[in-house]
Amino acid sequence: MLERIQSLGHNTISTISGLGRAMMMLLSAILQVPNPKKGWPLLMNQLFSVGVLSLLIIIVSGGFIGMVIALQGYTILVGYGAEASLGPMVALSIIRELGPVVTALLFAGRAGSALTAEIGLMKATEQLSSLEMMAVDPLRRVIAPRFWAGFISMPLLTAIFSAVGILGGHLVGVDWLGVDSGTYWSVMQAEVDWSDDVLNGVIKSVVFAFVITWIAIYKGYDCVPTSEGISRATTATVVQSSLIVLGLDFILTALMFTN
Amino acid sequence: MVSKKIELMVGLFVAIGIAAILMLALKVANAGIAGNGKTYQLYAKFDNIGGLKVRSPIKVGGVVVGRVEHIKLDQEDYMPIVTLDIYSNYDNFSEATSVSILTAGLLGEQYLGLDPGFLDEELGIGVLQPGDFIEDTKPALVLEELIGQFLFSQDSED
Repeated sequence: MLERIQSLGHNTISTISGLGRAMMMLLSAILQVPNPKKGWPLLMNQLFSVGVLSLLIIIVSGGFIGMVIALQGYTILVGYGAEASLGPMVALSIIRELGPVVTALLFAGRAGSALTAEIGLMKATEQLSSLEMMAVDPLRRVIAPRFWAGFISMPLLTAIFSAVGILGGHLVGVDWLGVDSGTYWSVMQAEVDWSDDVLNGVIKSVVFAFVITWIAIYKGYDCVPTSEGISRATTATVVQSSLIVLGLDFILTALMFTN
Repeated sequence: MVSKKIELMVGLFVAIGIAAILMLALKVANAGIAGNGKTYQLYAKFDNIGGLKVRSPIKVGGVVVGRVEHIKLDQEDYMPIVTLDIYSNYDNFSEATSVSILTAGLLGEQYLGLDPGFLDEELGIGVLQPGDFIEDTKPALVLEELIGQFLFSQDSED
Protein backbone atom coordinates (compact mmCIF):
# COMPACT_ATOMS: atom_id res chain seq x y z
CA MET A 1 0.00 0.00 0.00
CA LEU A 2 2.69 2.40 1.09
CA GLU A 3 4.70 1.46 -2.01
CA ARG A 4 1.81 2.33 -4.30
CA ILE A 5 1.37 5.74 -2.75
CA GLN A 6 5.11 6.22 -3.05
CA SER A 7 5.11 5.29 -6.75
CA LEU A 8 2.18 7.66 -7.32
CA GLY A 9 4.21 10.41 -5.72
CA HIS A 10 7.27 9.46 -7.76
CA ASN A 11 5.29 9.63 -11.00
CA THR A 12 3.73 12.95 -10.11
CA ILE A 13 7.06 14.51 -9.22
CA SER A 14 8.81 13.20 -12.32
CA THR A 15 5.95 14.40 -14.59
CA ILE A 16 6.00 17.87 -13.10
CA SER A 17 9.78 18.15 -13.16
CA GLY A 18 9.72 16.90 -16.79
CA LEU A 19 7.27 19.68 -17.68
CA GLY A 20 9.50 22.14 -15.87
CA ARG A 21 12.62 20.98 -17.75
CA ALA A 22 10.72 21.20 -21.04
CA MET A 23 9.63 24.75 -20.25
CA MET A 24 13.14 25.80 -19.19
CA MET A 25 14.59 24.32 -22.37
CA LEU A 26 12.00 26.09 -24.52
CA LEU A 27 12.48 29.45 -22.84
CA SER A 28 16.26 29.36 -22.89
CA ALA A 29 16.24 28.25 -26.53
CA ILE A 30 13.85 30.82 -27.96
CA LEU A 31 14.36 33.80 -25.67
CA GLN A 32 17.91 34.36 -26.84
CA VAL A 33 18.86 37.24 -29.06
CA PRO A 34 19.68 35.52 -32.36
CA ASN A 35 23.01 36.17 -33.96
CA PRO A 36 22.11 36.65 -37.65
CA LYS A 37 25.57 35.91 -39.01
CA LYS A 38 25.91 32.57 -37.24
CA GLY A 39 22.24 31.69 -36.87
CA TRP A 40 21.12 32.16 -40.47
CA PRO A 41 23.11 29.26 -42.03
CA LEU A 42 22.04 26.97 -39.18
CA LEU A 43 18.40 27.91 -39.73
CA MET A 44 18.80 27.36 -43.48
CA ASN A 45 20.13 23.85 -42.94
CA GLN A 46 17.27 23.00 -40.60
CA LEU A 47 14.65 24.52 -42.89
CA PHE A 48 16.01 22.24 -45.59
CA SER A 49 15.86 19.05 -43.54
CA VAL A 50 12.57 19.85 -41.77
CA GLY A 51 10.68 21.69 -44.50
CA VAL A 52 11.99 20.87 -47.96
CA LEU A 53 12.42 17.17 -47.30
CA SER A 54 8.82 16.94 -45.99
CA LEU A 55 7.49 18.58 -49.14
CA LEU A 56 7.02 15.43 -51.20
CA ILE A 57 4.93 13.51 -48.67
CA ILE A 58 2.82 16.62 -48.00
CA ILE A 59 2.10 17.26 -51.67
CA VAL A 60 1.30 13.63 -52.48
CA SER A 61 -1.01 13.10 -49.49
CA GLY A 62 -2.66 16.52 -49.99
CA GLY A 63 -3.46 15.68 -53.58
CA PHE A 64 -4.88 12.27 -52.78
CA ILE A 65 -6.94 13.50 -49.81
CA GLY A 66 -8.46 16.26 -51.95
CA MET A 67 -9.29 13.72 -54.65
CA VAL A 68 -10.90 11.30 -52.17
CA ILE A 69 -13.02 14.03 -50.57
CA ALA A 70 -14.20 15.18 -54.00
CA LEU A 71 -15.11 11.62 -54.97
CA GLN A 72 -16.90 10.81 -51.71
CA GLY A 73 -18.57 14.22 -51.52
CA TYR A 74 -19.80 13.99 -55.10
CA THR A 75 -21.51 10.62 -54.57
CA ILE A 76 -23.29 12.02 -51.49
CA LEU A 77 -24.15 15.46 -52.88
CA VAL A 78 -25.42 14.20 -56.24
CA GLY A 79 -28.21 12.39 -54.36
CA TYR A 80 -29.58 15.79 -53.35
CA GLY A 81 -28.84 17.38 -56.70
CA ALA A 82 -26.41 19.62 -54.86
CA GLU A 83 -23.15 18.74 -56.65
CA ALA A 84 -22.63 22.49 -57.17
CA SER A 85 -21.65 22.59 -53.50
CA LEU A 86 -18.69 20.27 -54.11
CA GLY A 87 -16.24 23.18 -54.16
CA PRO A 88 -17.03 24.60 -50.71
CA MET A 89 -17.27 21.10 -49.27
CA VAL A 90 -13.77 20.18 -50.43
CA ALA A 91 -12.32 23.60 -49.57
CA LEU A 92 -13.88 23.95 -46.13
CA SER A 93 -13.11 20.44 -44.94
CA ILE A 94 -9.50 20.74 -46.11
CA ILE A 95 -8.82 24.30 -44.97
CA ARG A 96 -10.50 24.00 -41.60
CA GLU A 97 -9.67 20.47 -40.52
CA LEU A 98 -7.76 18.08 -42.74
CA GLY A 99 -5.07 20.49 -43.86
CA PRO A 100 -3.77 21.45 -40.42
CA VAL A 101 -4.40 18.06 -38.77
CA VAL A 102 -3.08 15.69 -41.45
CA THR A 103 -0.09 17.95 -42.09
CA ALA A 104 0.61 17.94 -38.35
CA LEU A 105 0.38 14.15 -38.13
CA LEU A 106 2.62 13.68 -41.16
CA PHE A 107 5.00 16.32 -39.83
CA ALA A 108 5.19 14.53 -36.48
CA GLY A 109 5.97 11.26 -38.22
CA ARG A 110 8.34 12.63 -40.85
CA ALA A 111 10.16 15.53 -39.18
CA GLY A 112 9.39 15.16 -35.46
CA SER A 113 10.78 11.64 -35.20
CA ALA A 114 13.90 12.68 -37.14
CA LEU A 115 14.45 15.63 -34.80
CA THR A 116 14.16 13.43 -31.70
CA ALA A 117 16.45 10.73 -33.07
CA GLU A 118 19.06 13.25 -34.22
CA ILE A 119 19.21 15.16 -30.93
CA GLY A 120 19.02 11.93 -28.91
CA LEU A 121 21.96 10.48 -30.81
CA MET A 122 23.89 13.72 -30.33
CA LYS A 123 23.30 13.32 -26.62
CA ALA A 124 24.20 9.60 -26.60
CA THR A 125 27.47 10.22 -28.46
CA GLU A 126 28.14 13.15 -26.11
CA GLN A 127 28.25 15.73 -28.87
CA LEU A 128 26.11 18.03 -26.76
CA SER A 129 28.54 17.77 -23.83
CA SER A 130 31.50 18.40 -26.14
CA LEU A 131 29.79 21.53 -27.43
CA GLU A 132 29.45 22.70 -23.86
CA MET A 133 33.12 21.91 -23.24
CA MET A 134 33.98 24.16 -26.17
CA ALA A 135 31.87 26.90 -24.57
CA VAL A 136 29.22 26.63 -27.31
CA ASP A 137 25.70 26.69 -25.92
CA PRO A 138 23.96 23.59 -27.39
CA LEU A 139 20.58 25.20 -26.76
CA ARG A 140 21.58 28.04 -29.02
CA ARG A 141 23.54 26.08 -31.58
CA VAL A 142 21.43 22.89 -31.88
CA ILE A 143 18.00 23.41 -30.34
CA ALA A 144 16.97 26.94 -31.31
CA PRO A 145 17.45 26.64 -35.11
CA ARG A 146 15.52 23.35 -35.15
CA PHE A 147 12.69 24.92 -33.19
CA TRP A 148 12.40 27.95 -35.46
CA ALA A 149 12.66 25.77 -38.56
CA GLY A 150 9.68 23.67 -37.42
CA PHE A 151 7.78 26.79 -36.46
CA ILE A 152 8.32 28.41 -39.87
CA SER A 153 7.85 25.40 -42.11
CA MET A 154 4.65 23.90 -40.64
CA PRO A 155 2.30 26.75 -41.66
CA LEU A 156 3.88 26.81 -45.12
CA LEU A 157 3.48 23.04 -45.45
CA THR A 158 -0.15 23.33 -44.32
CA ALA A 159 -0.87 26.01 -46.91
CA ILE A 160 0.75 23.85 -49.62
CA PHE A 161 -1.27 20.82 -48.45
CA SER A 162 -4.55 22.78 -48.61
CA ALA A 163 -3.80 24.31 -52.00
CA VAL A 164 -2.78 20.97 -53.52
CA GLY A 165 -5.81 19.29 -51.93
CA ILE A 166 -8.21 21.79 -53.47
CA LEU A 167 -6.52 21.35 -56.85
CA GLY A 168 -6.84 17.57 -56.42
CA GLY A 169 -10.54 18.02 -55.68
CA HIS A 170 -10.77 20.08 -58.87
CA LEU A 171 -9.06 17.30 -60.80
CA VAL A 172 -11.59 14.67 -59.71
CA GLY A 173 -14.71 16.83 -59.37
CA VAL A 174 -14.35 18.92 -62.53
CA ASP A 175 -12.16 16.98 -64.93
CA TRP A 176 -13.48 13.52 -64.14
CA LEU A 177 -16.98 13.82 -62.65
CA GLY A 178 -18.06 16.82 -64.70
CA VAL A 179 -18.90 19.53 -62.18
CA ASP A 180 -18.65 22.89 -63.93
CA SER A 181 -15.29 24.55 -63.29
CA GLY A 182 -16.78 28.03 -62.85
CA THR A 183 -19.30 26.71 -60.33
CA TYR A 184 -16.57 24.88 -58.40
CA TRP A 185 -14.58 28.09 -57.86
CA SER A 186 -17.36 30.65 -57.55
CA VAL A 187 -19.46 28.74 -54.99
CA MET A 188 -16.24 28.07 -53.09
CA GLN A 189 -15.37 31.76 -53.09
CA ALA A 190 -18.84 32.64 -51.86
CA GLU A 191 -18.62 30.20 -48.96
CA VAL A 192 -14.99 30.34 -47.83
CA ASP A 193 -14.10 33.32 -45.71
CA TRP A 194 -10.55 34.67 -45.50
CA SER A 195 -10.41 35.37 -41.79
CA ASP A 196 -12.91 32.81 -40.49
CA ASP A 197 -11.63 29.84 -42.46
CA VAL A 198 -8.20 30.39 -43.99
CA LEU A 199 -6.70 32.40 -41.14
CA ASN A 200 -8.09 30.06 -38.49
CA GLY A 201 -6.53 27.15 -40.38
CA VAL A 202 -3.19 28.97 -40.32
CA ILE A 203 -3.57 29.64 -36.57
CA LYS A 204 -4.24 25.95 -36.02
CA SER A 205 -1.13 24.96 -37.94
CA VAL A 206 1.00 27.44 -35.98
CA VAL A 207 -0.25 25.96 -32.68
CA PHE A 208 0.42 22.42 -33.92
CA ALA A 209 3.89 23.40 -35.15
CA PHE A 210 4.74 24.79 -31.73
CA VAL A 211 3.53 21.70 -29.90
CA ILE A 212 5.12 19.12 -32.22
CA THR A 213 8.53 20.76 -32.43
CA TRP A 214 8.59 21.35 -28.70
CA ILE A 215 7.75 17.72 -27.91
CA ALA A 216 10.17 16.36 -30.52
CA ILE A 217 13.10 18.47 -29.37
CA TYR A 218 12.43 17.96 -25.68
CA LYS A 219 12.12 14.19 -26.05
CA GLY A 220 15.45 14.08 -27.84
CA TYR A 221 17.14 16.46 -25.43
CA ASP A 222 15.83 14.63 -22.37
CA CYS A 223 16.18 11.02 -23.56
CA VAL A 224 18.09 8.26 -21.80
CA PRO A 225 21.34 8.26 -23.79
CA THR A 226 21.25 4.62 -24.86
CA SER A 227 20.05 3.02 -28.08
CA GLU A 228 16.93 1.81 -26.29
CA GLY A 229 16.32 5.24 -24.78
CA ILE A 230 16.52 6.89 -28.20
CA SER A 231 14.07 4.43 -29.71
CA ARG A 232 11.66 5.01 -26.82
CA ALA A 233 11.99 8.77 -27.13
CA THR A 234 11.30 8.62 -30.87
CA THR A 235 8.19 6.50 -30.35
CA ALA A 236 7.03 8.79 -27.55
CA THR A 237 7.44 11.82 -29.82
CA VAL A 238 5.22 10.42 -32.55
CA VAL A 239 2.56 9.01 -30.20
CA GLN A 240 2.36 11.98 -27.85
CA SER A 241 2.44 14.69 -30.48
CA SER A 242 -0.22 12.90 -32.58
CA LEU A 243 -2.52 12.55 -29.57
CA ILE A 244 -1.98 16.13 -28.46
CA VAL A 245 -2.60 17.41 -31.99
CA LEU A 246 -5.91 15.55 -32.20
CA GLY A 247 -7.00 16.72 -28.75
CA LEU A 248 -5.95 20.32 -29.36
CA ASP A 249 -7.72 20.26 -32.71
CA PHE A 250 -11.01 19.54 -30.98
CA ILE A 251 -10.47 22.39 -28.52
CA LEU A 252 -9.41 24.84 -31.24
CA THR A 253 -12.36 23.85 -33.45
CA ALA A 254 -14.74 24.33 -30.53
CA LEU A 255 -13.27 27.78 -29.91
CA MET A 256 -13.12 28.89 -33.55
CA PHE A 257 -16.06 27.45 -35.41
CA THR A 258 -18.90 27.45 -32.90
CA ASN A 259 -20.79 30.66 -32.31
CA MET B 1 28.88 26.93 -44.87
CA VAL B 2 25.49 26.43 -46.44
CA SER B 3 25.68 25.09 -49.93
CA LYS B 4 24.04 27.03 -52.73
CA LYS B 5 21.82 24.07 -53.46
CA ILE B 6 20.30 24.05 -49.97
CA GLU B 7 19.70 27.79 -50.11
CA LEU B 8 18.03 27.38 -53.47
CA MET B 9 15.78 24.57 -52.22
CA VAL B 10 14.78 26.49 -49.09
CA GLY B 11 14.06 29.57 -51.17
CA LEU B 12 11.92 27.47 -53.49
CA PHE B 13 10.10 25.92 -50.53
CA VAL B 14 9.27 29.30 -49.00
CA ALA B 15 8.19 30.64 -52.39
CA ILE B 16 5.85 27.68 -52.96
CA GLY B 17 4.45 28.12 -49.44
CA ILE B 18 3.75 31.80 -49.97
CA ALA B 19 2.22 31.05 -53.36
CA ALA B 20 -0.07 28.49 -51.69
CA ILE B 21 -1.18 31.04 -49.06
CA LEU B 22 -1.82 33.59 -51.83
CA MET B 23 -3.83 31.02 -53.78
CA LEU B 24 -5.92 30.22 -50.68
CA ALA B 25 -6.49 33.93 -50.12
CA LEU B 26 -7.27 35.04 -53.67
CA LYS B 27 -8.58 32.01 -55.53
CA VAL B 28 -10.34 30.15 -52.71
CA ALA B 29 -11.46 32.80 -50.24
CA ASN B 30 -11.61 35.70 -52.71
CA ALA B 31 -10.34 38.13 -50.08
CA GLY B 32 -9.28 41.64 -50.93
CA ILE B 33 -11.51 41.95 -53.97
CA ALA B 34 -14.88 42.50 -52.36
CA GLY B 35 -15.62 43.54 -48.84
CA ASN B 36 -12.40 45.40 -48.12
CA GLY B 37 -13.59 48.71 -49.54
CA LYS B 38 -15.28 51.48 -47.67
CA THR B 39 -18.89 50.97 -46.72
CA TYR B 40 -21.78 52.99 -45.35
CA GLN B 41 -24.77 51.90 -43.30
CA LEU B 42 -28.49 51.92 -44.03
CA TYR B 43 -31.22 50.58 -41.78
CA ALA B 44 -34.42 48.71 -42.53
CA LYS B 45 -37.22 47.57 -40.26
CA PHE B 46 -39.00 44.34 -41.19
CA ASP B 47 -42.06 42.49 -39.89
CA ASN B 48 -40.21 39.20 -40.11
CA ILE B 49 -36.67 38.45 -41.24
CA GLY B 50 -37.10 34.68 -41.60
CA GLY B 51 -33.69 33.04 -41.88
CA LEU B 52 -31.65 36.15 -42.64
CA LYS B 53 -28.23 36.08 -40.96
CA VAL B 54 -25.41 38.48 -40.27
CA ARG B 55 -23.09 38.55 -43.36
CA SER B 56 -25.93 37.54 -45.70
CA PRO B 57 -25.43 39.25 -49.06
CA ILE B 58 -27.37 42.30 -50.25
CA LYS B 59 -28.04 42.17 -53.97
CA VAL B 60 -29.31 44.47 -56.67
CA GLY B 61 -30.32 42.50 -59.73
CA GLY B 62 -28.15 39.61 -58.53
CA VAL B 63 -25.01 41.74 -57.99
CA VAL B 64 -23.69 41.82 -54.42
CA VAL B 65 -23.59 45.44 -53.23
CA GLY B 66 -23.09 44.81 -49.52
CA ARG B 67 -23.63 42.55 -46.54
CA VAL B 68 -25.95 42.43 -43.55
CA GLU B 69 -23.90 43.82 -40.69
CA HIS B 70 -26.15 43.54 -37.68
CA ILE B 71 -29.63 42.34 -36.72
CA LYS B 72 -31.39 43.45 -33.58
CA LEU B 73 -34.90 43.75 -32.18
CA ASP B 74 -36.43 47.19 -31.63
CA GLN B 75 -37.28 47.30 -27.90
CA GLU B 76 -40.36 49.48 -28.43
CA ASP B 77 -42.40 47.74 -31.11
CA TYR B 78 -40.61 44.37 -31.21
CA MET B 79 -39.76 44.55 -34.88
CA PRO B 80 -36.35 43.43 -36.18
CA ILE B 81 -34.00 46.18 -37.38
CA VAL B 82 -31.40 45.11 -39.95
CA THR B 83 -28.21 47.13 -40.46
CA LEU B 84 -27.15 47.07 -44.11
CA ASP B 85 -23.46 47.53 -44.89
CA ILE B 86 -23.34 48.85 -48.47
CA TYR B 87 -20.13 49.41 -50.48
CA SER B 88 -19.44 53.12 -50.85
CA ASN B 89 -19.29 53.03 -54.66
CA TYR B 90 -23.03 52.28 -54.64
CA ASP B 91 -24.07 55.47 -52.85
CA ASN B 92 -26.84 56.72 -55.07
CA PHE B 93 -29.92 54.79 -53.97
CA SER B 94 -33.14 56.78 -54.03
CA GLU B 95 -35.43 57.12 -51.04
CA ALA B 96 -38.03 55.12 -52.99
CA THR B 97 -35.80 52.02 -52.86
CA SER B 98 -37.56 48.96 -51.56
CA VAL B 99 -35.89 46.05 -49.83
CA SER B 100 -37.21 42.51 -49.60
CA ILE B 101 -35.95 39.25 -48.13
CA LEU B 102 -35.51 36.66 -50.87
CA THR B 103 -34.33 33.07 -51.00
CA ALA B 104 -31.65 31.77 -53.35
CA GLY B 105 -33.17 28.65 -54.85
CA LEU B 106 -35.62 26.36 -53.13
CA LEU B 107 -33.51 25.46 -50.13
CA GLY B 108 -30.88 28.18 -50.42
CA GLU B 109 -29.69 30.91 -48.13
CA GLN B 110 -31.79 34.01 -47.65
CA TYR B 111 -30.49 37.35 -48.88
CA LEU B 112 -31.64 40.95 -49.12
CA GLY B 113 -32.82 42.12 -52.52
CA LEU B 114 -32.73 45.89 -53.10
CA ASP B 115 -35.05 47.30 -55.73
CA PRO B 116 -33.73 50.76 -56.55
CA GLY B 117 -36.53 53.23 -57.08
CA PHE B 118 -36.40 56.41 -59.16
CA LEU B 119 -34.96 59.75 -58.15
CA ASP B 120 -37.25 62.71 -58.58
CA GLU B 121 -36.26 66.09 -57.22
CA GLU B 122 -39.65 67.68 -57.97
CA LEU B 123 -41.55 65.09 -55.95
CA GLY B 124 -38.98 65.45 -53.19
CA ILE B 125 -37.52 61.96 -53.56
CA GLY B 126 -33.84 62.35 -52.84
CA VAL B 127 -30.84 60.10 -52.29
CA LEU B 128 -30.62 57.84 -49.24
CA GLN B 129 -28.02 59.25 -46.87
CA PRO B 130 -25.86 57.02 -44.65
CA GLY B 131 -27.84 56.15 -41.53
CA ASP B 132 -31.26 56.52 -43.18
CA PHE B 133 -34.03 53.98 -42.80
CA ILE B 134 -35.37 52.29 -45.94
CA GLU B 135 -39.13 52.72 -45.54
CA ASP B 136 -40.45 50.22 -48.07
CA THR B 137 -39.68 46.73 -46.76
CA LYS B 138 -41.19 43.37 -47.60
CA PRO B 139 -40.87 40.64 -44.98
CA ALA B 140 -39.58 37.13 -45.56
CA LEU B 141 -42.03 34.49 -46.69
CA VAL B 142 -42.46 31.95 -43.92
CA LEU B 143 -43.75 28.66 -45.29
CA GLU B 144 -45.90 27.84 -42.25
CA GLU B 145 -47.67 31.21 -42.44
CA LEU B 146 -48.32 30.75 -46.16
CA ILE B 147 -49.82 27.31 -45.56
CA GLY B 148 -51.88 28.71 -42.69
CA GLN B 149 -53.23 31.51 -44.87
CA PHE B 150 -53.98 29.07 -47.66
CA LEU B 151 -55.92 26.74 -45.35
CA PHE B 152 -57.77 29.69 -43.83
CA SER B 153 -58.84 30.99 -47.25
CA GLN B 154 -59.96 27.50 -48.24
CA ASP B 155 -62.14 27.39 -45.10
CA SER B 156 -63.76 30.75 -45.72
CA GLU B 157 -64.64 29.82 -49.29
CA ASP B 158 -66.70 26.84 -48.18
